[in-house]
Amino acid sequence: MDPRDEIERVARLSYGRLAALLAARTGSVSLAQDALSDALLRALQAWPRDGVPARPEAWLLTVARNCAADAACAGQRDARAADHLMMLEEERRAMAHAATPDRTLDLMFVCAHPAIDAGLRTPLMLQLVLGLDARRMAGAFLIPPATLGQRLTRARAKIEAARIGFALPDGDDLVPRLAHVLDAVYAAFTVGLDGDGAGDAKSASLSREALWLGSLTAARLPDQPEAQGLLALMLFTLARRGARVDAAGCLVPLADQDPALWDAGMMDDAETALRLAARAPTLGRYQIEAAIAAAHAARRQGTPADPGAIVALYRGLVALHPSLGAEVGLAGALLGAGDPAGALAVLEASKPTRAAAYQPWWAVRAHALRQAGDAPGAAAAFDRAIALTADPAARLFLTRHRGTPSRQGGVPPHALAILGAFHEPCGGNPAGTAGDGHARQPDVGGLGRPVPAPARLCHRGRGGGRPAREPARG
Amino acid sequence: MQYMILNYVPPSDYADVDAVRAAADGAAWGAYTRALIDAGVFVSGNALHPAHTATTLRVRDTGRDIQDGPYAASKEQFGGYYIIDAPDLDTALHWAALNPAASRGAVEVRPVVMRS
Repeated sequence: MDPRDEIERVARLSYGRLAALLAARTGSVSLAQDALSDALLRALQAWPRDGVPARPEAWLLTVARNCAADAACAGQRDARAADHLMMLEEERRAMAHAATPDRTLDLMFVCAHPAIDAGLRTPLMLQLVLGLDARRMAGAFLIPPATLGQRLTRARAKIEAARIGFALPDGDDLVPRLAHVLDAVYAAFTVGLDGDGAGDAKSASLSREALWLGSLTAARLPDQPEAQGLLALMLFTLARRGARVDAAGCLVPLADQDPALWDAGMMDDAETALRLAARAPTLGRYQIEAAIAAAHAARRQGTPADPGAIVALYRGLVALHPSLGAEVGLAGALLGAGDPAGALAVLEASKPTRAAAYQPWWAVRAHALRQAGDAPGAAAAFDRAIALTADPAARLFLTRHRGTPSRQGGVPPHALAILGAFHEPCGGNPAGTAGDGHARQPDVGGLGRPVPAPARLCHRGRGGGRPAREPARG
Repeated sequence: MQYMILNYVPPSDYADVDAVRAAADGAAWGAYTRALIDAGVFVSGNALHPAHTATTLRVRDTGRDIQDGPYAASKEQFGGYYIIDAPDLDTALHWAALNPAASRGAVEVRPVVMRS
């Protein structure tokens, strides 16, 4: 293998592990990142010349630790330099004996600490855990690269100066802090999906990386139902990617997708994760959203999706975790259940200022108006939805349907699918990521605002009140 | 009688902690500190890390509201301060949340620049 490819591979697979390890020991994410960058640079020089070492990851860690020690020595700016050296030595000894501990999740909790600006948590996590650079991320987060770079530098300085601790929160603190971590992971996932749809290959891989972070979190915290729920949701969503666009480049709504094109293995894993989540007595937004995806996935077994169950799930979601995305999802579900009047009522009840620039709101409204027999209203709503669509496949779909006459009676084939058609069910728009002046829709996905208190998010008694779960087991 | 003197400075003058440290030892601040000490009026004082390291905390019915950044509004008045020794930010925030000001107004937590 080309040494450069090998460096790329090791960097991808190990960056987070190594960065977390270095940062946890030194307390300085900047130092860790600089040291790891130095080590990768040296690998680029040494490996093509001397060959790829037998244990590339250990090589990088050793070199990075030495770089970190050099930096700490040379700088002497920080009274804690001596601490750094001591910890590095400790680390060196520990490494000699035990297997490398994985501190990646600890680092994710640091990045999603409530004292870090909500809009920066996702880019910070991507930078520190996965090594993505600000230039690559800036487009996806709609922040100018220089601004993002500066804000990330400040966030790293804050972690160090304010000493954000590297231990996993315990007891009552874990669940609310985990909610921040999961929201940041999901925001990366949806940014990736949006970018993928819009043909941006760079941001497309973000969803895979988010999936990796989500599976790591779920594996480390098997008893946290929301961690399992988010993993299930991302797996269901990615499993359907191959069926999303037809040969003509037109979006295929969820209800019209051929289940044979779904990734069966991924769907199995999603259902396993959702079953794990169901063991816990609490319910949260990611579990409900995953349950909605599971209800659609019932078509794998030849069972039609149950529109009533999907409406019930969305009602639960709106009650538990209100957001514009959830409301639009409910409207889509009502439409799928043959209730356009109910769908329009839900849409009308949404805050108009927030809905004005939210494409799914207009798309569902267009279909609902058409189904209710209001052709001019539907055409106007289609136009608005098309104007707000960046994804060419969704544009084509909307353009075609704008010109299709209404079917009298019966549910249009695409209705159910509106749920998952353009964005994912309750698509986390990573809004607010651009905190200063880039006003994206600050509602769905929750990155742009504080996450609700855990008591509201997911406490429910065992036994009662979980109609939401059943469809997931299909 | 003791008085607290609060220093408000343009953030661009002290972009990072190195700039703060350099200024504390520099001509203007160094001379001012020495003048206070020589006059026998100096009781205590600290430089703080720049404002972007601050965390602002409020306690409301719904729980703790933690925000990145310094206290910005001016509805409340600055009423006093504590210096505490804590191993990490979460411990500092724990004590900050118990501060009566947290439930009536807001508490800003900012790391003190440690001098070796």
